[in-house]
Amino acid sequence: MASLKALKNRISSVKSTQKITRAMKTVAAAKLRRATDAAVAGRPYAERLEAVMASLASKVTIGPNSPKLLAGTGKDEVQLLVVATGERGLAGGFNTNIVRAARIKADQLIAQGKKVRFYIVGRKGRAAIRRIYPGMIVADHDMSHAKKAAFADALEIAKDLIARFEAGEFDVAHLVFSKFQSALVQLPQTIQLIPAAVPQAANDGPRGVNAAVEYEPDEESILAELLPRNVAIQIYRALLENQAGFYGAQMNAMDNATRNAGDMINRLSIQYNRTRQAAITTELVEIISGAEAL
Amino acid sequence: MALHFELVTPEKLVRSEEVYMVVVPGTEGDFGVLAGHAPVMSVIRPGELTVYSSANSVTARIPVEGGFAEVNEKGLTVLAEAVGEAA
Repeated sequence: MASLKALKNRISSVKSTQKITRAMKTVAAAKLRRATDAAVAGRPYAERLEAVMASLASKVTIGPNSPKLLAGTGKDEVQLLVVATGERGLAGGFNTNIVRAARIKADQLIAQGKKVRFYIVGRKGRAAIRRIYPGMIVADHDMSHAKKAAFADALEIAKDLIARFEAGEFDVAHLVFSKFQSALVQLPQTIQLIPAAVPQAANDGPRGVNAAVEYEPDEESILAELLPRNVAIQIYRALLENQAGFYGAQMNAMDNATRNAGDMINRLSIQYNRTRQAAITTELVEIISGAEAL
Repeated sequence: MALHFELVTPEKLVRSEEVYMVVVPGTEGDFGVLAGHAPVMSVIRPGELTVYSSANSVTARIPVEGGFAEVNEKGLTVLAEAVGEAA
């Protein structure tokens, strides 16, 4: 049986832990709101860009001269997985789930005999990926300096990726991140980044209005401008979704932790009270039997 | 008739308003967009968007840092990489 003092210490330690987790939950909730706002604010641009891409791609026929970012290198030997995880832990299974999704994809590709390389964004994925696939990380992008996902970061990553792509370091790139469904649900996702997965324009619909569009300078140069930007946007969106998802997961994890701490305090308090009562009873018995002996 | 003008950056929707005319710095030269303009899709160079609320009054000059301008039946949409402070 634990001594009274030890129990008391444990209760107070659990209490202070609970204070911390409760504070973290509150902070995560506030940050979650900000992160979802940012995600929502970024949506119009992404939607419009996608629409423009779709209407352009339906006009340009993919030939040997079309931009590589759209047509690909014609091979799929070397596959790059861009894995975007959170910067911090204490968010339940958030980072683990992303890493798991990346592993599934990687194992699948390896089983097909492809060469897999990793490009890591975010601190938390690095260690895990390095452990499972040693020597396969080509680069990682440190995001720990930034408090929130900025477009500048996405742009930097995109530029680096495109430079590597043009240098022939890889043929196909996939992006692994966590889609923010709600504060409770984050879905790890894998999307194709390079070559661009062009949204198929609805060809069946009446698109006569579109036919008359004038392009300046011309379709191909616009597309060439647009594709790198699209990569950046995809990455930016992933970062935003990740951020929102991360805070959602953290809020949840901390909520659970707070509740668990509460349960634990209850249990410990009961034990403490029982022990105290037992001690008092023993003491009484001792006094009474002492008195009787006189 | 007013022209519906939208300015969007990756980070947010900067402006969405009814204006008279916008002068866009296209890579092939500046062009003004009034209501009822024919559909155009153009790359823009770093420069200034000039917003007119009526024929003679400039309401805003917005520095933009490259991107795209699209004119369709709904109006003008500028997708800019970065937007400076309106002057």
